[in-house]
Amino acid sequence: MVLRRAIRVLVAKPGLDSHDRGAKVIARALRDAGMEVIYTGLHQTPAQIVEAAVQEDVDVVAVSILSGAHMTLLPKIAAGLRAEGLGDVLLLAGGIIPEEDVPALKEAGVAEVFGPGTDTAVIVGYIQDHVGKD
Amino acid sequence: MAYEDVEQLARALLSGDRRALARAISIVEDGAPEARALIKAVYPFTGRARIIGITGSPGAGKSTLVSALARAYRREGRTVGVVAVDPSSPFTGGALLGDRIRLGGDEPDPGLFFRSLASRGHVGGLSWAAADVVDMMDAAGRQVILVETVGAGQSEVEIMGLAGTILVVTMPGAGDEIQAAKAGILEIGDIFVVNKADRDGADAVAANLEMMLDLGEGKVAVDAGHHGAGAIGPVRVAAEAVPAGPRWRPPVVKTVARDGGGVDELLNAIERHAAYLASTGAGALRRRARAAERVLAVAARILLEELKELAQRAGRLDALLAEVAGRRLDVYTAAEELIKGRAE
Repeated sequence: MVLRRAIRVLVAKPGLDSHDRGAKVIARALRDAGMEVIYTGLHQTPAQIVEAAVQEDVDVVAVSILSGAHMTLLPKIAAGLRAEGLGDVLLLAGGIIPEEDVPALKEAGVAEVFGPGTDTAVIVGYIQDHVGKD
Repeated sequence: MAYEDVEQLARALLSGDRRALARAISIVEDGAPEARALIKAVYPFTGRARIIGITGSPGAGKSTLVSALARAYRREGRTVGVVAVDPSSPFTGGALLGDRIRLGGDEPDPGLFFRSLASRGHVGGLSWAAADVVDMMDAAGRQVILVETVGAGQSEVEIMGLAGTILVVTMPGAGDEIQAAKAGILEIGDIFVVNKADRDGADAVAANLEMMLDLGEGKVAVDAGHHGAGAIGPVRVAAEAVPAGPRWRPPVVKTVARDGGGVDELLNAIERHAAYLASTGAGALRRRARAAERVLAVAARILLEELKELAQRAGRLDALLAEVAGRRLDVYTAAEELIKGRAE
């Protein structure tokens, strides 16, 4: 078991969504909590996000979606990660995601969904509690 | 995916498996217990890649240029590795690794392996494990490896200990003529790039650089196999090591990395430099210099760790530090005590 010196997080913006202020706020909060954050930039395909997760050997993939396409994009990302042997990477989602969609997303492999206005400390705490644990 | 042991990981990496490469990079970056065994296993298979360093001031467009170069090499059919270093916060230890944003494209390309590294407190422009990370990519079969430094400008001589060809990237309007005249930056570059050349003043910057290079302000010891700064300070190879034959006069290339302008010319310049290294003795001298730089740096790091560990265990470190802080013992005597303690 390799002891990681820092938690590495991929913050991803998939699809046509062009609003990334939320993603950047999260990225900065995670950095301030001592994590190494790789931000993909806008308009990434699920395949690009999975490839980035592989190459950067991240512990967490945090996906921000405000476009409403979460039921299409998130399961694709989750499946892609599993196919690459990255099923134990923590997949988190944020943005505009209705409560009633959350159970289906968790079924598909999303670990947790954080809605708008979630205190960044909550997200930081969640990651610190769940990375490196079974 | 878990690997049974170092041997299995090494085999997978040497076969070009990019998941193994990603895992191997993490291991050497973290300095995990398996790291040394892994490096020993794959080092004999390194030395095939072309390693290109890219340095220069912040804002000059290094990341965009690196991505443009990477894509150009991919179009030529070569496999590419990119190591992009960004600074870690000295307070939180965290980092925003933002170079990957410039990659672009619509589809993932496993032929372009891009790894973002945090400096993790290291000074000199890279991270302490950057050379090991490059070795992993080299052993995995990446034909061209681009290494982008943190981007603080003149302090970044460390790239000299790692790359065969070094690009120094400037831009118009950044006061770079004055910056370039200061020692260091002109001595580092094998090729000077004036990026954002569509802006006013690009021609003036390029002309200025050409003039200073013509005046011989550039590397005098360029063929002598300059060393990087590293942990032990800059070291100059003796003048008698300079090979006979033509010197390399760094070209100045204008680019607009954002749309690929000048990239072909830059590729040509890199090829010419690679040919120069191969056909004169300069390439061999640089490899020797890089080996010296790395071995000494690693030895120093290992010794320092051993020293700290020993001192902690014997309980002497805190006592010595209290003496020094209280001015009852000077720094040099304290250091000698520490070292003596190691020998016991």
